[in-house]
Amino acid sequence: MSTHNTDKIKAKLKKRYAKERRFRAYGIASLAISFLFLLTLMVNIFSTGLPAFQQSYIKLDIHIDAEVLGVTKASDREALFSANYSKLVKGTLKEMFPDAKTRKEKRARNKLVSNSASYDLRDHVIENPELIGTTQSFWFLAKDDVDVYMKGKIDRNLPEDDRRIKDFQLTWIDQLQEEGRLEKRFNTTFFTSGDSREPEQAGIKGALIGSLLTMLVTMALSFPIGVLAAVYLEEFAPQNNRWVDIIEININNLAAVPSIVFGLLGLAVFIALFGVPRSAPLVGGLVLTLMTLPTIIIASRAAIKSVPPSIREAALGLGASKVQTTFGHVVPLAMPGILTGSIIGMAQALGETAPLLMIGMVAFVADVPQGILDPATVMPVQIYLWSDSPERAFTERTSAAIMVLLAFLVVMNFIAVMLRKKFERKW
Amino acid sequence: MTEAMTHNIENRDEFNVEINGTVGKPLIDDPKFTTRNVDVHYGDKQAIFGVDLDVGKNEVLAMIGPSGCGKSTYLRCLNRMNDTIPICKVTGDFKLDGEDIYAKNQDPVLLRSRVGIVFQKPNPFPKSIYDNVAYGARLHGLTSNRAELDDLVEKSLIRAGLFKEVKDDLHKPGTGLSGGQQQRLCIARTIAVDPEVILMDEPTSALDPIATALIEELMIELSGKYTIAIVTHSMQQAARVSSRTAYFHMGKLVEVNDTDSVFTNPEHQLTENYITGRFG
Repeated sequence: MSTHNTDKIKAKLKKRYAKERRFRAYGIASLAISFLFLLTLMVNIFSTGLPAFQQSYIKLDIHIDAEVLGVTKASDREALFSANYSKLVKGTLKEMFPDAKTRKEKRARNKLVSNSASYDLRDHVIENPELIGTTQSFWFLAKDDVDVYMKGKIDRNLPEDDRRIKDFQLTWIDQLQEEGRLEKRFNTTFFTSGDSREPEQAGIKGALIGSLLTMLVTMALSFPIGVLAAVYLEEFAPQNNRWVDIIEININNLAAVPSIVFGLLGLAVFIALFGVPRSAPLVGGLVLTLMTLPTIIIASRAAIKSVPPSIREAALGLGASKVQTTFGHVVPLAMPGILTGSIIGMAQALGETAPLLMIGMVAFVADVPQGILDPATVMPVQIYLWSDSPERAFTERTSAAIMVLLAFLVVMNFIAVMLRKKFERKW
Repeated sequence: MTEAMTHNIENRDEFNVEINGTVGKPLIDDPKFTTRNVDVHYGDKQAIFGVDLDVGKNEVLAMIGPSGCGKSTYLRCLNRMNDTIPICKVTGDFKLDGEDIYAKNQDPVLLRSRVGIVFQKPNPFPKSIYDNVAYGARLHGLTSNRAELDDLVEKSLIRAGLFKEVKDDLHKPGTGLSGGQQQRLCIARTIAVDPEVILMDEPTSALDPIATALIEELMIELSGKYTIAIVTHSMQQAARVSSRTAYFHMGKLVEVNDTDSVFTNPEHQLTENYITGRFG
C-alpha cells in the first residue's frame, strides 16, 4: 500500500541529504573564515604589543654632589625639590662618554636616558637626604630610541643616514651593554603611570582608571533605568496606548542613532546646560548611558516577554500583587536575558570613542583620575591617540593598550557571565 | 468517513440545538458564590452570555463542555484572574458570602488569598519545594516564625498527599518533580494560604491516569474543608469527583443539576448529545 509513496520519498531523500550536507559545509566554512580573521587579528596585536611589556633600563653611578645641587643634607624639602638634578645626570653621562664633541653628539648623549631620570633622582634624594654626598647606582628608563633599538627594531646594518640611531650612539650602547648597564626588564611604568609625550614614560593606568570610572557611571545609571523602563513598558504600561507606542518607536529608533550624535547631545545638555565638568568620567558615563539604554531596554523587554505567563498567573493566583509578581518572579527569571543585553550594551560603551570626542575626553591627560569629576580619557581614545603619535615606540604601546582593553572586556564579560549563571534556573 | 471527520463540528445538527435559558437547578440555598447575569467580552467577541450560577458551600462543582464554551473564562472570573487580561471585560454580579467581589473597594489581592486557583499546566515556581509551599504564607505574613512556617509547609504537603514522597527533598527544586507531583505541589501551595474556595482549571489534563487518580482522591478529600469549582474535559472525572455538574455550550450555561441526574437523565438535548459523545 505504501510502496508507491516510499519510492517517491526515496528518490527525493538523496537530494535532501545532499542539501543538508552542503548546508553544514557552509556553516563550517563560515566559522573557519571568522576564526581565521580573529586569529590574524590576535597574532598581529600580540606580536606587535608584547614587546611593550618590556622596557630598557640604564644603570648610572651618580655622585650626588652637594655643590652641584647647591643643597645640604639639612636643606628643607623645597630646596631639595627645586635643585638641578638633570645637571647631575648629564654630568655623569659626560664622564662616561667623554668623546662627544659636536653639539649634536652632546645632545644625543644627554638623551640616552629618559628625562624622567632627574625626577627619579630627585624623588630618591627627597626620600632620603642622607644620600647627598655619596655615590649611588640607579636604574633609569632608557630613552625610547634606545629601547626601540634594544628590541631589535632598528637594523644596524642599514646606512647611517637611514637610521635614527647613529654610529656614535651605537658605540655608546655597545659600551653600556658590555658593562652590564643596559638591560630589558618588565615594564612596570606602563601599568603605573598615565599618558606622556615621551613613549618610555607613557602608561595605560590613566586610561584604564578613566574607562573603569566611566563604565561604573554608565553601569550605575543605564542598568537600573533600562531595566525599570523595560519592566514598566512590558508589565505595567497600558497596551494599545498611543503614548506608549510613541515611546516604543522612539526607543527603537534611538538604538540606531549614530553614537557621535549622543556626544553632541552630551555637549549641549550635560556640559553647556547643566555645567558638568568637561572631560570627566561623569559626563562620559552620562553620554554612554544614553547610548546604552536602548540596547538594554530592548534586550530586557525581550527577556521579560519570554517569561512564561504561567509563572505570573501562579503568583497572582496566590494573592501576590503585580509588583511582587514582577520583581519576585518575572524579573529574576528574565535576569539572564537582561544581563546578556547589558553585557552587549556595556561592551559597546567600553569600545566607544566617537561620542567622547565631543565632550573633551580626547584631551591629553597625564594624571591618573582620582574621581569621576577629574579630567580623564578612556582606553579606546588612548589607543587612538597613541596610534596617531609619530614616535616608533608608541606603535607597540598601541597594541599593548589594545591587549589591556581586550583583557578589561574579558574580565567584565566574565563577571557578567558568572552573574548570569547564578540567576539561571532550571524549569 | 473522511468527509465526516473533516466536517466542522459547528455545522453539525447535534451541536446546533437551541438554548433557551438554563435548565435544572443553577441556583441553590445557602450558596458560597452567587453569580448573576455574567457577560464576558474579549474585545469585540462575547465569550459568556448571561450566566446565572451558584456554587454551594463545601461542594465540588464540575463545569464541563466542549472547547471554547467559556467554562474556563467563567472560572477565572471567580477570583478576578481575568483582570490580568487587558482586553477582557467582565460584567454581572459576583458575590462571595454576599460580598460583591467586583466592588470598587474590593482588593483583588485579598480576594485571591480567599479564592485560590490551580491551573491546567503544573506551574511551580523555579524554587525549592519548601519555598513553593511557603510562598503564599510568606507573602501574606501568615506565620510569625520559622517553626510555624515549617509546620504549615509540612501540613500543606501532607494534605496534598505529597509529603511522603518529598519529605527528604524539601530543598530540591519543585520543577524537578514529575508532572503529577508538580500539580500536587501546586495544590499544596494553594491550600497553604488556606483559601475558602479552590478553583481548578483542568488540573489533570496534562497528567497520566495514575497521577490523575491521586488528584481526584485529593479533591474529594479537600471538599470536606473547601468549596471547589473544577473545569474538566473528562466526563468521568466530573462524574467521580463532583456533586453538581454544570454544562456550558457556546458561552451559555445550558444545564446545571446534581451530577447523578446530569449523567443519567440529562434534561437538555445538548447535554445529552455531549455526554453521549455525539460531539466534543
